[in-house]
Amino acid sequence: MSNELIDFALVSVALLGIGIYGLSVKRNAIRMLFAVEIIINAANLNLIAFGRFLPHSGGQTLALFSIAIAAAEVAVGLSLIIVAYRMYRNIDIADFRSLKG
Amino acid sequence: MADAAFLALSVITIGSAIAALELRSLIYGSIALMGTLGGIAGFFLLLDSPFVAMFQIAVYVGSIAVLILFTVMLVKRELIFKKIEDKRRKFAGIGLMLVVMVGLGAVFMDSGIKSVTTDEPAVDFREIGADFLTYYWPALILMGLILAGSVIGALVLARREDMSDEQRAN
Repeated sequence: MSNELIDFALVSVALLGIGIYGLSVKRNAIRMLFAVEIIINAANLNLIAFGRFLPHSGGQTLALFSIAIAAAEVAVGLSLIIVAYRMYRNIDIADFRSLKG
Repeated sequence: MADAAFLALSVITIGSAIAALELRSLIYGSIALMGTLGGIAGFFLLLDSPFVAMFQIAVYVGSIAVLILFTVMLVKRELIFKKIEDKRRKFAGIGLMLVVMVGLGAVFMDSGIKSVTTDEPAVDFREIGADFLTYYWPALILMGLILAGSVIGALVLARREDMSDEQRAN
């Protein structure tokens, strides 16, 4: 294999940085969901890369579980966004204030 | 040293991740997110994990990205194109991103994983299937229940209480 572990780890760090940027700057709920997806994918990439270089099947198994749970998370997150949109007619998270003390 | 396929994939993945967050239209953004997810699937292929790559394409590119696209279509048109952010917040976010990238990158470059290489053959996907059905079977069943529960929960959440069944039929 010509690619080394550090290459994959650095790509995953870059994706994590982009995801954190999106989560901290964007106020659009759907875009924040994009950022969460990017972070989850960075984590999966790390799991697979470290699992390949051990080598052990545990990395791939955990990544498969992680992908399935992320699918569930997106389904619930999107329906929460739809409910909030119905209530506030907006997807700006600064407007979702009814739980604010 | 990385090869050409790796470099091309990383450019596609990171570029479309930035595009997904920065494009004006949410629809183009979600299509760019598909590029990121597909690029990650390509990385999985490079890492000799074809089974996870297929799973990634089926679940992420095939269902999650399409689900996001449909949700975006349910939102009012002017909200799709509206971009709300503060300048100061944006600079702070870019600073945070650079701190994370440089900090974690420096930690990785300094650590021992820089010299990790392997000549061993990749894990066979038949082994993963056997693992799932023997060692991990309770977790597999639990995962199925969680998925079913979350889908039912999503349906219940998105159901409109203010509509009668007749209105729904129309």
